[in-house]
Amino acid sequence: MPQMNMVQAINDALRFEMRRDDRVVVLGEDVGKVGGVFRVTQGLFDEFGDDRVIDTPLSEGGIIGTAIGMALYGLVPVPEIQFSDFIFPAYDQIVSELAKYRYRSGGEYPAKLVIRTPVGGGIRGGHYHSQSPEAQFIHVAGLKVVCPSNPADAKGLLLSSIRDPDPVLFFEPKRIYRAAKGDVPDGDYMVPLGKASVVRQGSHVTLVTWGAMLYEALDAANQAAAQGIECEVIDLRTLWPLDIDTIIASVKKTGRVVVVHEAPKSCGLGGEIVALVNEKAFLHLEAPPRRVTGFDTPFPYTLEMEYLPLSHRILPAIIETARY
Amino acid sequence: MSTASYPAPSPAASPAPANDGSVHPVARHPHDATAPDVVRALREDGTLDPKNDPGLRTEEVLSLYRAMVRTRLLDERLVILQRQGRIGFHIGSLGEEATILGSAFAMRQNDWIFPCYREFSAALWRGMPLQRYVDNMFGNANDPVKGRQMPDHYTWKKGRFGSVSSPIGTQITQAVGFAWGAKVKREDTAVLVYFGEGATSSNEFHNGMNFAGVFKTPVVFMCRNNGWAISVPTERQTASENFAVKGEAYGIPGVRVDGNDLFAVVKVTRDAVARAARGEGPTIIEALTYRLSGHSTSDDPKVYRPEAGLDPWRRLDPIPRVRQYLERTAGWNEAQDKQIEAEIDAELKAAVAEAEKTAQPSLESMFEDVYAEMPWHLREQRDELLRGARAKGHGH
Repeated sequence: MPQMNMVQAINDALRFEMRRDDRVVVLGEDVGKVGGVFRVTQGLFDEFGDDRVIDTPLSEGGIIGTAIGMALYGLVPVPEIQFSDFIFPAYDQIVSELAKYRYRSGGEYPAKLVIRTPVGGGIRGGHYHSQSPEAQFIHVAGLKVVCPSNPADAKGLLLSSIRDPDPVLFFEPKRIYRAAKGDVPDGDYMVPLGKASVVRQGSHVTLVTWGAMLYEALDAANQAAAQGIECEVIDLRTLWPLDIDTIIASVKKTGRVVVVHEAPKSCGLGGEIVALVNEKAFLHLEAPPRRVTGFDTPFPYTLEMEYLPLSHRILPAIIETARY
Repeated sequence: MSTASYPAPSPAASPAPANDGSVHPVARHPHDATAPDVVRALREDGTLDPKNDPGLRTEEVLSLYRAMVRTRLLDERLVILQRQGRIGFHIGSLGEEATILGSAFAMRQNDWIFPCYREFSAALWRGMPLQRYVDNMFGNANDPVKGRQMPDHYTWKKGRFGSVSSPIGTQITQAVGFAWGAKVKREDTAVLVYFGEGATSSNEFHNGMNFAGVFKTPVVFMCRNNGWAISVPTERQTASENFAVKGEAYGIPGVRVDGNDLFAVVKVTRDAVARAARGEGPTIIEALTYRLSGHSTSDDPKVYRPEAGLDPWRRLDPIPRVRQYLERTAGWNEAQDKQIEAEIDAELKAAVAEAEKTAQPSLESMFEDVYAEMPWHLREQRDELLRGARAKGHGH
């Protein structure tokens, strides 16, 4: 099995699917000749030509609006939004149109896109190259939201996303684009949407996280183990719909849960997870559920490593929850 | 708002002006259907200017006339139903029948239509049964959109007619993408997209025009300049001399047409489709027409525009103009008008009766089609609703 980083694995998935299915087209800013600012689409333009790998004008609303039209025509567009911070000009098309198309047309017009977009901080990008807006899409009925943490999942989840009948926002944690490396199976395979992965077994505290923060959670879990606290670490992989069964089964075993995410705390996905744990496993809880997250501030530049919920902030939450 | 600040055109003041349909008008008020650059075909005397005559057969004109009258009557009757509290809302096309039906007619069978929200006549033209439209007005179980949207938010895929939404202009970019898809697949399909002149102020108009210009997608942009965006008049939407001229900034030819002239609308739309089919890309058509009604049944236009301002436009009413043509060419008479009015009234009455006795959509249907397959959280919420409904004896 070849070793790949996230960028290579996502590129491999796109190339594989574009060869397999000629309805798949890639469009976005700088995705063509230059292969994307993160080089995720590198080489696709040369192989598939400018009918299928399209450098567009600089307009996210135009990219998503026209991609919806292409999808209605029967293509399978995989638009790229260069940074998820820049997705908001397209928010109306995503929220008012894409998410509602199947429903509002009585099922006549499913509009299927996979919107790929880099997400998250830790690359010294300031407000506008660092945010994690997943909750703003999860709150919209009709969208699926995915965020892989490693190359093998990234490829398998992207292939699932492209073949899924519903619109998918595919958030790619840019901090680990090249840092996360691993074996990636050749050829065709799918990682199912809506299925979390238990990446570390443990019986004392459940850690729920995804994307780049998985590695911080694992680091904290390893430090906690040195103090005799065994964490079970769940990588959600699909943020919506949630794999609630995996979360609840783990919490019923541990009685304790800490959710870790980069996005601001209030109304983040962590709040929803904690609410669901309360609804579905209240009598199993031994401690109040905790959230370790970004703060309710704009994403800061100089102090970004203080903003992010890194392992040094996760560890005390684990210990306090375990000893509650 | 006084009439002085909103000069309406003098009704058919001059003989059909010589014009070549090109974009560059002399500076005139942006809402003057008699300006010399505006393409017209139907002369005051009911004859056609041979230069702009689309060459319609008599039976084609008759069926378009019937559709226009049907649209007018439906609009009037639906407003009454709304005033009676039997339907919640109607947004109509009073005065805009020639713009909508002429352009829908001009599209080829395999072409597509992306609607705004005033084009129910185009959906009916494309074969949506009246019953389904009326079902949509009632939001019942037979509504094509299953009661999930307001009245006049329908869809008719079988007739290659898109899905109505309320946000302004979003359909413009989508139509461009749809046409782009056809171009990528090398299929000879053009797309007609409707929007009001108010939507030219939206970001979507810019996005759509810009992408269409760059990628030469086979789109016909049909800007229904009906004078008003709810209460805001044309001159508050743009400082451009008109709306067609906006095409120039995007490398898209623009043409202005008398939107109350059925024949001229057919002519310019056909020209635009032919251009698209030749691979030459998009065209923007500005159809000068007038919204004779309020914005919708929720609007009271008396608050912002005087009734007198409508008179010139009533004299330019597209329906009598076609009737005059038919009287001259096909011996159309009042008895025939009465006959079609009676037929349309009967079909509407039957459709309303049927729609009123059709049940509401099922409670379950609220949760369907959010996703292709219902995820756990929606199943949970559906079951919770159904448990409550059973407890209250809601027949489930």
